[in-house]
Amino acid sequence: MSQLEIKNLHVSIEDKEILKGLSLTINQGEIHAIMGPNGTGKSTLAYTLMGHPNYTVTKGEIIFKGKNVLELEPDERSRAGIFLAFQYPVAIPGVTVANFLRTAINSRRRAENPEDKGMPIPEFRKMLKEKMDTLKMDHNFAGRYLNDGFSGGEKKRAEILQMATLKPEIAILDETDSGLDIDALRIVSEGVNALSGPDLGVLVITHYQRLLNYIKPNFVHIMLDGRIVESGGADLALHLEEQGYDWVREKYEEPA
Amino acid sequence: MAEEIKTDDNKILEEIGDYKYGFHDRDDNYVFKSERGLSREVVENISRMKGEPQWMLDFRLKAYEHYINRPMPNWGPTLDEIDFDNIFYYVKPTEKSEKNWDNVPDDIKNTFNKLGIPEAEQKFLAGVGAQYESEMVYHSILEHLEKQGVVFLSIEDGLKQYPDLFKEYFGTVIPIEDNKFAALNSAVWSGGSFVYVPKGVTVDLPLQAYFRLNTANVGQFERTLIIVDEGASVHYVEGCTAPQYTTNSFHSGVIEIIVKKGARSRYSTIQNWSTNVFNLVTQRAKVFANASHEWVDANLGSKLTMKYPSCYLMESGAHGEMLSMAFAGPGQTQDAGSKMMHFAPNTTSKIVSKSISKGGGRASYRGMVKVYKGSKGVKSNVVCDALLLDPKSRSDTYPTIEIDEDDVTIGHEASVSKVGEEQLFYLMSRGLSEEEATTMVVSGFIEPLVKELPMEYAVEMNRLIQLQMEGSIG
Repeated sequence: MSQLEIKNLHVSIEDKEILKGLSLTINQGEIHAIMGPNGTGKSTLAYTLMGHPNYTVTKGEIIFKGKNVLELEPDERSRAGIFLAFQYPVAIPGVTVANFLRTAINSRRRAENPEDKGMPIPEFRKMLKEKMDTLKMDHNFAGRYLNDGFSGGEKKRAEILQMATLKPEIAILDETDSGLDIDALRIVSEGVNALSGPDLGVLVITHYQRLLNYIKPNFVHIMLDGRIVESGGADLALHLEEQGYDWVREKYEEPA
Repeated sequence: MAEEIKTDDNKILEEIGDYKYGFHDRDDNYVFKSERGLSREVVENISRMKGEPQWMLDFRLKAYEHYINRPMPNWGPTLDEIDFDNIFYYVKPTEKSEKNWDNVPDDIKNTFNKLGIPEAEQKFLAGVGAQYESEMVYHSILEHLEKQGVVFLSIEDGLKQYPDLFKEYFGTVIPIEDNKFAALNSAVWSGGSFVYVPKGVTVDLPLQAYFRLNTANVGQFERTLIIVDEGASVHYVEGCTAPQYTTNSFHSGVIEIIVKKGARSRYSTIQNWSTNVFNLVTQRAKVFANASHEWVDANLGSKLTMKYPSCYLMESGAHGEMLSMAFAGPGQTQDAGSKMMHFAPNTTSKIVSKSISKGGGRASYRGMVKVYKGSKGVKSNVVCDALLLDPKSRSDTYPTIEIDEDDVTIGHEASVSKVGEEQLFYLMSRGLSEEEATTMVVSGFIEPLVKELPMEYAVEMNRLIQLQMEGSIG
C-alpha cells in the first residue's frame, strides 16, 4: 500500500518560515481534508509536496512509498504517483489538452521503459473520450489550448481530467472549490468521487466546508500558522462550519 | 560527321554522369563552376551558359554595375564577415529533373504515413478531422496542374518556354535598384521557380518546390517569379525542414510575386540553412485590387538571416499578411520582419512576428508599415511576440510606422516573455521532464504559425523544434 508520510516539515520562502513542523500520514484509499484560514500555509504544503523550486524545506521529511520525496524533481514525483490539482492552473497557449495529455502519458511510459513507443493514438483517443464522458466534458475540450481562456470551472475540470488520465496514487486538491459555482462544484466533486477508491489517497485542501458536502473525508485536519492543530473525523468540518475558526485561533494562537 | 556522333556520345555520357551524381551535394558534382569572386565576365558566362536572350544579359550586366557601385547597407547587423571575393557566383548543378515519386526524399514521404500529428490529432479528437490522404502521387499532381493550365517550371525553363510572360513581369516587383543584394541576385541568379496560375484557377494543393525535384540543387542566388492571374488562388511552399548543409556560406534569393485583381496567394517558407550561412533574401508581392497575399515564414537556420518579406498594396481592397517565426540559437542572428506598403485606399495588412532566442541567440523584429498620402481607410495591425529561453539571449524590436494620411487605423503590440517558472513547474508536475516542458511551451508559442503550414511540414516543424531544444537544458 502506498503511503505518504510527512514528518515535522519546516518550509520557508525567501527565509520566511511558513510551515513550522507539520506532520501527516495519508494512506491509499483514505480521504483527508485540511482546512484552515487564509495565510496559514495550506498552499505552501501543496506546492512543497509537489516540489516547487521556490519552497525550501529546512527540516523534516516527506516519504512516499518508502522513498525520500525531497530528493526528487517535480516530474519524478509525478511519475512516482503524486498529483497536484492546482488552485491556479497555468495556461499553456498553443498546446492542446489532448497533445499535452498524450505527451504526459508517453513521457511517463518512456521513463519506465526507454524503448516504449508511446500509447497508440486510437487507444489514447478512446481513453480520453471515456474520461471526458465521466466528467461530463464536451469532446471538443480536447482540442482547446490548455487552460488558455478557460473559465474557472473549466480549469478545475481540466485538472480533474488530468488526474483521471494520469492515475495517481496520492492526489492533492488545492482549493479545488475556489471560483466554482454550485453546479461546477458538484461536477468536479463527482469526478473526484468517481476516481477515489482503494487505490487513491486524497488530500483535499480547502478553506470552506462546502466542498466536503460532496467529497466525504475520512479525516479532517485543521491547520493554523504552519501546523496541524486539530484532527478528527468528518464532524470536525461541520463543527468548523458552525463555529468558524475563531475558537481554533483562541485555543492555539499565542497571544501577540 | 564522325565528330558529331562523338559529340552526341559525350553528351550521353555526360548525362549518365549527371544522373549518377545528381543527388549528392559535393563540390565535384558540378559540370561547371565559375571562378571565385565576381566580375563582368562571370556574369556574361552565366548568361551564356544558360543560353539567355540578349535582354536578360543586359539586365544582368546592369544589375552587376549597380551592385558594384552600391554601398553595403549600414542599418542592420554587420556583414563584415562575408568574404565576397571568395564566393563562387555560379555553379551549374548537374540536375536532371527526374519526375518520379521515388526521388522525393524519404523524409518527406515518411511524413505521409506518420501518425502523431498534433494538429490532425486535435481535429480528430474534436471529431471534425479528416483522415490524411496519403495517395499524393507526384505525377498525377503535375498532370492535374497542367490540365488546369498552371505553369510550374524552373526559372530557367520559364524564361525559355514563356519568354513574353517572363519578360513582362521579371524584375518589376523587385527592381535591380531595390537594394544591394537584390542587385547581386539580379546579376547572378540561378535556380528557383517560375509559376503562372491562369485566371480563375484555384490550385487546390500547395505547390511544393520538391515537385520539381531540382530543389536539392537550388543555388545560393535563387530567383522565383510567381504570377497569380485575376481571381486565381495558389499556395507555394519553399524549403525543407531538414538542415541544408552547404559549403556555400552565402545565400541571397529574390522572390517576386504578382497577385492580380481578386486573386489570393500564400508563400510559405521553412528555412533551415546550416549555421555557417549568411542568408539575405528579398521577397515581395505586388497585390492588386481586392487581392490578398500572405507570407508564412519560418527561419531556423543560418548564421545571419536578414529577411523582410513585403507586400506592396497597389489598389483598393488589397490585403497583405505576414506570419513569421524565427529561432535564434547559439551564435545565430535572425533579423527578420516585414514591410507593408499601403499605396491605395482601403488596403489592409497584418503582421504577426514570433521569435525565440536560445543560448545567446539574437532575434530581432525589423518592420515597416507605410501609408501613402491619399490612402484613406487603411487598416494595419502589427503584433510582435518574443520568447527568451535564457538570460543570455536577446530580442529586439525595430518597428517603423510612417503615415501620411489621417483616416487610418494602425495598431502595434509587442511583448517579450520568458519561459515561465510557473509554466515549467505545472508541466513537470504532470511528469514531463524540464526539457520536454520547455519544448512544449515553445511548440505552443509557434503553434499559430505551424498550423498554417501544410500538414507534413507542420509535423516536421514540430520535430525540428524538438531537435532544437534537445540538450538545451543544463
